[in-house]
Amino acid sequence: MEIHRFEKLWTAAALLLIVGLIATVTYGTVGAGVKMVDDSGGTVDAGSLGDTEFGDPGVTQVGENQYEVHVVARQFLFQPGTTSPIRVPANSEVTFYITSADVVHGFEVAGTNINVMVIPGQVAEITVRFDDPGQYGIVCHEYCGAGHHTMAGQLVVVPEDEYEGGS
Amino acid sequence: MAYVDDFPTDARIVRWNMAVAFISLGIGGLFGMIQALHRTGIFRGFVSSADYYTVLTGHGVLLALVFTTFALSGLFTWGVTRSLDRPLPSPRFTMGWFALMLLGSIIAAVTILGGLVPSMPFKADVLFTFYAPMQAHPAFYIGLVFFVVGSWLAGVDWFRAYWGWRKDNPGERIPLQTFMVLVTMLMWYISSIGVAVEVLFFLLPWSLGLIEAVDPLLTRTLFWYFGHPVVYFWLMPAYFIWYTVLPKLSGGRLFSDPLARVVFILFLLLSTPVGFHHQYVDPGIPEGFKFIAMTNTMFLLLPSLLTAFTVVASIEHGGRQRGGEGRLGWLRSLPWDEPAFAGCVLAGLMFAAGGFSGMINAGMNINYLIHNTLWVPGHFHLTVGTASALTFMAAGYWLFPQITGNRLRFRSLATIQPYVWFIGMTLMSNAMHRAGLAGVPRRTAEPQYDAVSFQGVVGGISEMRLQIAIGGTILFIGLVLYLIVIFGTWFGGSGNDTLRVNSSLPAPLSGPEHSPKILDNLKLWTAVAIVLIALAYGLPLWALVSDGLLAPGSPPIPV
Repeated sequence: MEIHRFEKLWTAAALLLIVGLIATVTYGTVGAGVKMVDDSGGTVDAGSLGDTEFGDPGVTQVGENQYEVHVVARQFLFQPGTTSPIRVPANSEVTFYITSADVVHGFEVAGTNINVMVIPGQVAEITVRFDDPGQYGIVCHEYCGAGHHTMAGQLVVVPEDEYEGGS
Repeated sequence: MAYVDDFPTDARIVRWNMAVAFISLGIGGLFGMIQALHRTGIFRGFVSSADYYTVLTGHGVLLALVFTTFALSGLFTWGVTRSLDRPLPSPRFTMGWFALMLLGSIIAAVTILGGLVPSMPFKADVLFTFYAPMQAHPAFYIGLVFFVVGSWLAGVDWFRAYWGWRKDNPGERIPLQTFMVLVTMLMWYISSIGVAVEVLFFLLPWSLGLIEAVDPLLTRTLFWYFGHPVVYFWLMPAYFIWYTVLPKLSGGRLFSDPLARVVFILFLLLSTPVGFHHQYVDPGIPEGFKFIAMTNTMFLLLPSLLTAFTVVASIEHGGRQRGGEGRLGWLRSLPWDEPAFAGCVLAGLMFAAGGFSGMINAGMNINYLIHNTLWVPGHFHLTVGTASALTFMAAGYWLFPQITGNRLRFRSLATIQPYVWFIGMTLMSNAMHRAGLAGVPRRTAEPQYDAVSFQGVVGGISEMRLQIAIGGTILFIGLVLYLIVIFGTWFGGSGNDTLRVNSSLPAPLSGPEHSPKILDNLKLWTAVAIVLIALAYGLPLWALVSDGLLAPGSPPIPV
C-alpha cells in the first residue's frame, strides 16, 4: 500500500493527539483524583425506598466535617432540595447518595462538577468538598415527564458557625 | 446518459427514498424551529410546555432516524447500482424493504403525534432515547421494529447485488462505493442488535404487559450499545459522498482509494465498543469499563482525522486542476457557487468543529462539566445536523437531476442555501456550546429556573438565547429553500432543456490496486469487530445481568 509522506506525518500527528487526550484524562483520574461515578453506591429496590436509608432522606453528620446526604428524585422534585434546600456547612466533605423512585432523572448542581444520572434501582454516590459558603441551583437534566422543566432545587453551603444541623 | 435512463426502476427507488427523507426533514425541521423559539422563551405560542416534549420526540425520531436512514437508503441504492453497473436483483424485494421502513416510520410518527391530540389513546413522548421505565404506547416500539427490520433487508438487497456482481467478476476488487455501502451495513447489523434486543425482549413485552418490570440500567446500556454506532450510520454515508463525489465536484480526483477503505474498516472495528462514553455519569457501571470505552472512543478519532487529510487533499487537487496556484490560491479557484460542492465543503468544515467538541464529550472526567447540558445538542447539530444533513442536501443538488431527468430549478436559491444553513448553524451551535458550559440543561421546555443562575463563560445568557432562536429560524428558512429547489426540480418537468450533469466519477489518483487485498476480506473484519465488542461489552453486560435479567426492575410509568 502506497502512503504519501504527508499522509504518514498526518497519521502520526493524529495518533499523538489521541494518545495525548487519553493521557490528560488519565492524569485527571490518577493525578488530580477526579473519580468517576461508579457502582460503589450499590442497588436498591425503587419500589420500596421506605425500607432503606432513603425512607427518611436528608443530611446526616458522619464525622468531623463529614456529612452524608441522601436524596430521592421523583416526578417532579428532589427530596430534599425542592421544598426545602439541602443545607451543609462550609469546610466539609459531603457524600451524596442519590436514587430515583420512578423514572430516570438527572442531578446537576449548576456551576459545580456534580452531574450524575439518577437511575431507578441504582444509587449514585459522589463525594464533594465545599470550602466556601454559597448557594447553588440543582437542576434535573434528564427528561422525566411533562413537568420536567419544573424540577429544580437548591443547595446552600452555610458558614460553619451558622450551621444548625441538616434538613 | 443519465442514471435514470440506465436504471429506471432503481432511480424510482432512489427518488422515493429521498422524498420520504426530505419530507421528514421538513416536518422535523419545523419542530426544531418551534423548540428553538420555545425553550429560549422568545415565542411560546405554538405548544404548551408539557407538549414541548411531543415536539421534541418528533424532532429526534424524524431527523435522527427517519430522515437519515431514508436518505442513506437512496444514496446507497444509487451508489451500489452505479458502481457495480447493475440494477438491484429484485424490484419486488426492494419495494418490500422500502414499504416496511415506511410503514414503521408512519406508525411511530402517528404514535408520537398522538401526544398533541388529547383524545388520542396512544402517546410516545419518550424522546429519541426512550429510556425505561418511562413507557410509550406499544405501537411506538412496533413501529421501531418494522423500521429497523426494513433497514436490515435494504442491506440484504445491496449484498445480493454485490454477490451477483462477484459471481460475474471473480477476483476483482470491490468497487469503492459498493465497498463503503457493505462495510457500513455490516457495522449497522452488528450495532443494531443492541436496540433490537432492547425493544424485542424487554420494552415491547413490557409495554404489552407480558413482563412486569425491566432493568432501567440494562436497557439503557443496550440502547447506547446501538446509540453511538447509529451516529456512524449517518456519518458514513456523508463520508461516502465526500470520498467519491466531492473530489469530482471540486474538479479533481480522489487522493487515495486504499486509505478510504482503511477508514471504513476502522469505523467497522471501532464504532460499537464505545457506547459507554454516553454513560460516564451513570451509577452502577464500574470506572474501569468507562475507561476502556474512553480509549476506544478516542481512537475512533483516527478515521475522521485521516478523512480530513484525504478529502482536503482531493479538494486541493481539484482546485489546482482548475488553475489555482500557490499555497492557498487553490481555495479561490474552487466552485463556491456550485451548491453541491459548497454544501459538502461547508458540512465538512462544521464537522471539524463538531469533532473537537466531541473530544470533550469523550473525555471521561471532563464530561462532568457538559453531560446532558446544551453543549451536547450543540455538538450533534454539527455532526448529524450539518455533516450529514447538509451533505445529503448537497448530494441531492447533484443527484436529483440524474434521478429525475430534469434540470435543477431555482438555481439562485440553490446557490445561497448551503450558506444560509451554515450561518444559521454557526449562530445556533456556538450559543448552544457556550450555554452548555454555563450548565444550561438540554431536553427541557423552560431552562429558566427561579433558584438557579447560570454563569455565562463568554457572553451573557440572554444573548445566547437570542442566537439560538435566530439560528434555529434561519435553519428552517434554509430548509424551506431546499425543499422548494428539490421538489421544484422533481415536479418542474424536463422542458426542452438538456441535462447538464455529468454523472461519471473519475478514477482516484491512487487506485484500489495499491491497497492490500486483505482490506476486501469482509468476513475477517466482521470477526475482528465482534471480538472487540465482546471484549468491551462482555464483562459489563455480564455484571448487569448477573443479578437477574429484569432486576433491579422498574414497573412501567406511562408518559
